[in-house]
Amino acid sequence: MPILQIREALREAIDEEMERDDRVFVMGEEVGYYNGAYKVTQGLLEKYGEQRVVDTPIAEAGFAGVGVGAAMAGLRPIIEFMTFNFSAVAFDQILNNAAKLRHLSGGQFTIPMVFRGPNAAAHMLSSTHSQAFESFYCGFPGVKVVSVATPYDAKGLLKSAIRDDNPIIFFESEVMYGVKGEVPEGEYLIPIGQADIKRPGSQVTVITWGQGVPITLEAAKMAEESGIDCEVIDLLTLRPLDRDAILQSVKKTNRAVLAYHGWPYGGTGAEVADLIAREAFYDLDAPVERVCYEDINFSYAENLEELAIPSPKQIFDAIAKVAYHSL
Amino acid sequence: MTSTIPSTQAPDKDEVARVFKEMLRIRRFEELASRAYTQGKISGFLHLYIGQEAIAVATADLMKDGDRVVTTYRDHGFAISLGCDPGACMAELFGKKDGLVGGVGGSMHFFDKDKGLWGGYAIVGGHLPVAAGHAFASKYLKDDAVTLCFLGEGAMHIGATHEGMHLAGLWKLPVVFVIENNQYAMGTPLKRQTLVDDLTVRAPAYRMTSDRWEVNDIFETRRRLAEAVERARKDHQPALIELLTYRFRGHSMSDPAKYRTKDEVEGWRKKDPLYRAEQRLRDDHGFDDEAIESIDDAVVDEMQAAVDFADASPQPDPEHRFRHHLVEDV
Ligand SMILES: Cc1ncc(C[n+]2csc(CCOP(=O)(O)OP(=O)(O)O)c2C)c(N)n1
Repeated sequence: MPILQIREALREAIDEEMERDDRVFVMGEEVGYYNGAYKVTQGLLEKYGEQRVVDTPIAEAGFAGVGVGAAMAGLRPIIEFMTFNFSAVAFDQILNNAAKLRHLSGGQFTIPMVFRGPNAAAHMLSSTHSQAFESFYCGFPGVKVVSVATPYDAKGLLKSAIRDDNPIIFFESEVMYGVKGEVPEGEYLIPIGQADIKRPGSQVTVITWGQGVPITLEAAKMAEESGIDCEVIDLLTLRPLDRDAILQSVKKTNRAVLAYHGWPYGGTGAEVADLIAREAFYDLDAPVERVCYEDINFSYAENLEELAIPSPKQIFDAIAKVAYHSL
Repeated sequence: MTSTIPSTQAPDKDEVARVFKEMLRIRRFEELASRAYTQGKISGFLHLYIGQEAIAVATADLMKDGDRVVTTYRDHGFAISLGCDPGACMAELFGKKDGLVGGVGGSMHFFDKDKGLWGGYAIVGGHLPVAAGHAFASKYLKDDAVTLCFLGEGAMHIGATHEGMHLAGLWKLPVVFVIENNQYAMGTPLKRQTLVDDLTVRAPAYRMTSDRWEVNDIFETRRRLAEAVERARKDHQPALIELLTYRFRGHSMSDPAKYRTKDEVEGWRKKDPLYRAEQRLRDDHGFDDEAIESIDDAVVDEMQAAVDFADASPQPDPEHRFRHHLVEDV
């Protein structure tokens, strides 16, 4: 099977969907002539031309809104945010337009579009450039939210997102574009709304997504060496949640840890913990643990940043704790 | 920040030598920062100001006590020209305890309130309303201060910019918006960002005065900037100024800048204000290689000392990360 980087898998998804449907276009800063700030869209301008690979000025609210309007009028935009930090400027377009216009129009309009780009902390960019936006974009109805961590998932889910008739928030990661993995040749789709068991196990369920996936798998390996068998669930879709996958696993293992790149207050981690507490309370052998960002703005300094981000060791400690494993 | 009153008289030898040295201080600081970046001592994004130094030096010269600079992530030049300690600046780039803001901000987020550096802002355009707000406070408090707000030409196309400018015009706030048009927003040349050639065409719509010139001569730049600043101070007349300039390096350290030709870069090198100041010292004031080198040696020593200081500074205390999120977090 071909081995691709995440950026290449995303590019294949965009390329195939643009080929398949000429209403699909990409728009964003530096997506064309510069070939993408992170080279996701490399070569697409050359192949599809300026009408379908559209470089924009620095005007996030503008081009996000143009995407919404174009979607209402029958096109299928892929709006790239150079990073989701800059989507803050366009938040109104997503919150009040993309997420609401179908409802407000009584179903007259569909908004088939994707807002995509890197989310969460990269490396030493300080507070304005290190934000995890899942709690913002999962915090209101009218959108679906996806987060990918492998080339296989990236391609299959982005293709589904482009074909979905709803506005999709699609999270990637600046520090993971170079991550390699197998991607089958030929077309495949991964359904939105389904979690994936990245590692089957029987004793502790660890739920994660995005940049949390690799560190959780590392922690699971550490746990295995200590005799604890973890099941690692990659949520993949953060809204709507795959409740069945979460509950089925927790009912089997009776223990749950959440491990993710995101702030602790509110958000997906809190939502999943709430789900487990309400729907699987009598199956739990230990309180649910959460390992995530510290509740602080990020600092630039390497040591301060490292301390604010969850480590495999911290995730392992949480696994050991819910397993009442003496360390 | 002792104000050198800009005059129309030709600057004397000492004055030319002084501004040459000030510009050179920024350039050498950044060249050493660039090297430290390639050595792995600096991480994240590092946006260099090389080529634009005259603007920061001219600005520092004309500012009066209480005046403020608000700028972008390309902020080292203003820090150095406004008198921030180069050691603290370098330590900030290194993410060290003795950094300008204790290592929390890095290159893109410099602040030194007492020196008049009211921020390096890393979200494009986000600082324009804030600058208007500083000016609103000046008018409210009658403190006679002017806010100088710098932006790249790329920032002219985002909403916050227009809201900030509009309010400044509507309320006649003592603020001067200065576009540093270095020709590119990342890899995008101006002609693919906007169909107007002259970015000051927007000024009348906001009832701002405007001015526009190419920054070759630092003294001209200082004089014309000072005119706008004094109008803002005396008449509460905001202004929009476009400065044509050039960045010789990529957008940030990760940008190889393949989108422009060698000829284009060379053309601008001949107009580099630092180079022109050196030529002026040589042609008009009898400076020889030795005299130029002695200035340069002193500057390099100063900036190398900044690197040594940054190297020696420890990492921030781990507990430092919990400070200052709220006022209660001391
Ligand atoms: C709202 C927002 N969008 C995108 C970015 C990413 N970005 C940082 S600098 C930059 C280019 C800015 O160009 P310009 O305003 O001309 O200033 P210059 O960098 O040339 O000094 C971009 C796109 C950002 N920081 N903020």
